[in-house]
Order: sequence, then C-alpha cells, then structure tokens
Amino acid sequence: MTTYALTDSWTMTRRELARWGRQPVTVVVNLVFPVMLLLMFGYLVGGGRGVSGEYLDFLVPGMLALTMAFGLEGTMVAVTQDLGKGVVDRFRSMPMADGAVLVGRSAADMIQSVLGLAVLLAVAAALGWRAHGGPAGFLGAVGLLLLFRFAMLWIGIHLALVAGKPEMVSAVQILVWPVGFLSNAFAAPESMPDWLGTVVQWNPMSHTATAVRDLFGGPGGEPGHVWAAVVWPLALLAVFFPLAVRRFARLSR
Amino acid sequence: MADAAIIVEEARKTYGGSSRRSGRPALDGLDLTVARGTVHGVLGPNGAGKTTLVRILATLLRPDAGRIEVAGHDVVREAYAVRLRIGLLGQHAALDEELGGRQNLELFGRLHHLGARRARARADELLERFELTGTGRKAVKQYSGGMRRRLDLAASLITEPEVLFLDEPTTGLDPRGRAEVWESVRSLVGGGTTVLLTTQYLEEADQLADRISVVDAGRVIADGTADELKAAVGGDRIDVVLRDAGQLGTAVALLPVPKDAVTVDTDRRLLSAPVTDRMAALAGVVRALEDAGVEAEDIALRRPTLDEVFLHLTGDDDRVKEAA
Repeated sequence: MTTYALTDSWTMTRRELARWGRQPVTVVVNLVFPVMLLLMFGYLVGGGRGVSGEYLDFLVPGMLALTMAFGLEGTMVAVTQDLGKGVVDRFRSMPMADGAVLVGRSAADMIQSVLGLAVLLAVAAALGWRAHGGPAGFLGAVGLLLLFRFAMLWIGIHLALVAGKPEMVSAVQILVWPVGFLSNAFAAPESMPDWLGTVVQWNPMSHTATAVRDLFGGPGGEPGHVWAAVVWPLALLAVFFPLAVRRFARLSR
Repeated sequence: MADAAIIVEEARKTYGGSSRRSGRPALDGLDLTVARGTVHGVLGPNGAGKTTLVRILATLLRPDAGRIEVAGHDVVREAYAVRLRIGLLGQHAALDEELGGRQNLELFGRLHHLGARRARARADELLERFELTGTGRKAVKQYSGGMRRRLDLAASLITEPEVLFLDEPTTGLDPRGRAEVWESVRSLVGGGTTVLLTTQYLEEADQLADRISVVDAGRVIADGTADELKAAVGGDRIDVVLRDAGQLGTAVALLPVPKDAVTVDTDRRLLSAPVTDRMAALAGVVRALEDAGVEAEDIALRRPTLDEVFLHLTGDDDRVKEAA
C-alpha cells in the first residue's frame, strides 16, 4: 500500500487545487490580505518614518513572517471543515495510503504559502523594497520562511484535530493575532518595555523575522541568527508533527 | 457460515477507551451474520449502537473486543483488504462540498487507484446511472438533499464493492428523496452486492431488507425476516376507525380483549387490538358496535406492523398505549 503513498498524496493535493479553482475569490482574498497589512503598517503605522528606505526594509521581512504565522489559521479551518463534513470518513474507509490526507493538506498549504510570499514580495518590490543579500541570501530567507510556515502548518493540523469544532477555530483565530503581533514584525524589541521586549524576543516568529532581515541585508538583522530560525521551527515540528499524526490515527478510537 | 459477507461475534466497544470507565458501552456483545448477496437491516432507536457498528465494520473505529470480519477479512488486522472491498454511505454526506459532482467522483476514483482515464469514465457512468449527468459541474453544496444523497451513494459504489454499508441512508430526506434512494438500493441488490442498512424507519427495513436485526443498547434483541418478526409479536390485529372520536372510550369496552391490550390513536380515531379467531372477532366487533350505536368508518384485519414489533421488543409497549 505504500506504493501509492506518492500518488495518493498528489491526488489529495490536486483536490485542494481544484477547490481553489472553485473559489477564486477566497484565494484572492487570502493573497491580498497580507498585502493589505503591509500597506496598512507601511503607510499608516509606519507613516512617520516613511515607506521608503529603512522602515520598509525592516517591515517587509516582518510581514513575510507574519503571513506565514497566520497560515496556521487557514490550515486549521480547512482540516476542521473536512472533519465536520464526514469526507474524512470516506477517505479513511478507502484503500488509500495512510498519510495521504495530511500530506496532501500540507503540500497544498505550502503551495499557497509560496504564492503568498511571491505576491507579497512583488508588492514590496513595487513599493521600492530590495533584497540586498544576493541570490543565496534571498533563497535562504525564503527557505526559512517556508520552514516556519511548515511548523505552523502542523500546529494548525494538531489544533484542528484536538479542537475539532468551529467555535474553537474562531478562538484560535483570535489568539493568532496577539501571538503574531507580540513579535518584532513591526518594531524592534529594544523600543519596547523590558518585559514585552523579552516576550517578543522569545517568540519563534521573531527569530525567523530577524534571520530573514539579516539574509536580506536590511536593518534589524543579526548576523548568525539563522540557526535560531532553523532550530525553533524544527523543535516545534518535533513536538507537533508526531502529535498531529497520533491524533489522526486516534480518530479510530 | 462459509457464505457470510459479514461476521460479527461478541463485538464490544466503549467510547473513551476501556481503561476509563466512561459510561455504558455502545456495543455490548453484539452478534450478527449477514449472508452474501442479501440486504440486512439493522433496526434500532437513536443510541442503540447502529452507527458504532457500521463505523467498526467500515474500519473507521476499532472495536475493544470481538471477532469482526467483512468480505472474509478481519477489520482490525486486515483493514486495508477490507477497504478494498467495501463502500460506505455514512449519516452525513461524505463529499467535498466545494467541488462539483463529477470532480468528487473522479477524486474518489483516483483514490481507489483506477487511474485518470478510468476514474473519469467511471464518474460519467455513475452520474448517468444516478441521473445526475446534467448536474456534474455544479458544486455539491448547491445540490438538493436527494441529489446529494444519490451522489454520495454513487461515490460509495466507485469500485462496485462486495459489501456496502448504508448508515441511515434516508434520514433527513423528504419522501421523494427517500423514494429515490430506495430505488437506487433496490437496483444495487440485483448486482449481487451485500448491503448492511441501518435505519430508524421500520418501513424502510420492511421495504428493503431480506433479514432484520433489531438492536437495542448495543445488542441484537431479535433477528429474522420481517414476517418472522411480526409473527413473533403475535397474530393478527383488528383496526377500527370511528366516525366520531368522542365514542372511542365506548368502543374500547366493546372489543373482545382486555382494555389494556387496546391501542388508541385519537388523532386518527383508530382502535387497534390483537385477535385470535379472525373471522369470529370481526363479526363480533361489527355486531357489538352496531348494537351500541357506534358508527365505524372502517374495520380491517391485518398483521402487526414492524413499529409494533419494534416497540414490543424494546420493551416500550407502554409508549404506544400512552400515545393514545
């Protein structure tokens, strides 16, 4: 049955892509939302400092990391909906490869995240933002962002399997905001009160943002921070990936 | 039984794991054997364990104990082999609501490893067979209840399964949708598929099933053909419909049975009572009503309905009388 693992996972990924074709508006809204945040923070909040130059270089990596963090929500909603509709029961009663449901979900969500990053980077470039770290730095930064998204994805799957109910999803949706904002996405922790700065520095998302800033060669980056942006997502994955897989298997309890 | 498609022996299941003492078991030593190529009805009230049974048979749920085989394979140890041979129509439509009908069928066809071309051809075939051809492009969420159910049924037949599970297939459907599903199930049986059908509707079991198991509190409390079950409850009954509901009380006293054996349905102005000697009872009742000046609209002899069988078996006889 493992011979079908790839085929089945790909079929499940394509299912998600077909769903996008059915709901182009939702897809566009999901892509535009981070752009809106970027413009809002760039022009309104960061208005005093100007969109051009320093702050934009600081803000863009933060927004990229934030977009990856918010992806958790989308994953959770999708998994919860599938479970509620009974379609997962049909999948589980079929002779398909064991992991295909979850692998298909992660592959589709990663594809969407790549698109999201591309759109956001294009808009940032149109505003005048530039990566100064060279192609290797650029690819490294994108890699770190996607690694972080991958960790968020499995947290999302786990939470959906634990909570299962739409009410819990909205609770998580609300909680994602403070977690996303209690980071260095918009402002350097040094500019915050001590206790807040400490919380912000501990936020795994901040590590990703800092490392990305470094790799893009912009302000707010710390050389040698890349390891933290690798270790944190891997640590989260080490916890939540097995938990989510176990939860999924336990649907048969 | 060598030609059994489903064997369930002493199946036990308590939710929340057997370690925690979490209330009463959903299955409490249930036994069931279904012969190949037959339709078996599992009849029971809400919470009797019907859905738990289907979920275990369809490999969605692990039993705590018991020997359970579907199409010759153990549902726990050989789950994959079972999955190759079954179709499942659950209580809730197991479809991707965002996708179209054809997309759904193609998706499930591919997951059954038919390959792209055969999955497409099979989707077309099934859409036609279930009279959904014109609606294949529409998103499933725009389907009517009956259409959705038919598509769901089509999706469970992608590979012409040896054994098909239908868990309350018509719950929530209007009479027309119900008739559509019944029609589809009947056409399947001709093809040799074994069907296990759970239902709360006695009429449905009566209409579709070759044999019926009545389930209550996680056990089978009676087993047999519809006729055998009816016979087990007792012989014929006499039904009397009065013109005037005000005379029901008078009429009860005129029937040749103890008062508490009579079922009264005020809304339908109907009295029903068991009788032993059919013709004598009929003549006697007609005469007694005439003498007392009670006008009857209709008098008939009949076999007991499955409803009566069911309520009798589950020990809820009183409910019928109280409903009067």
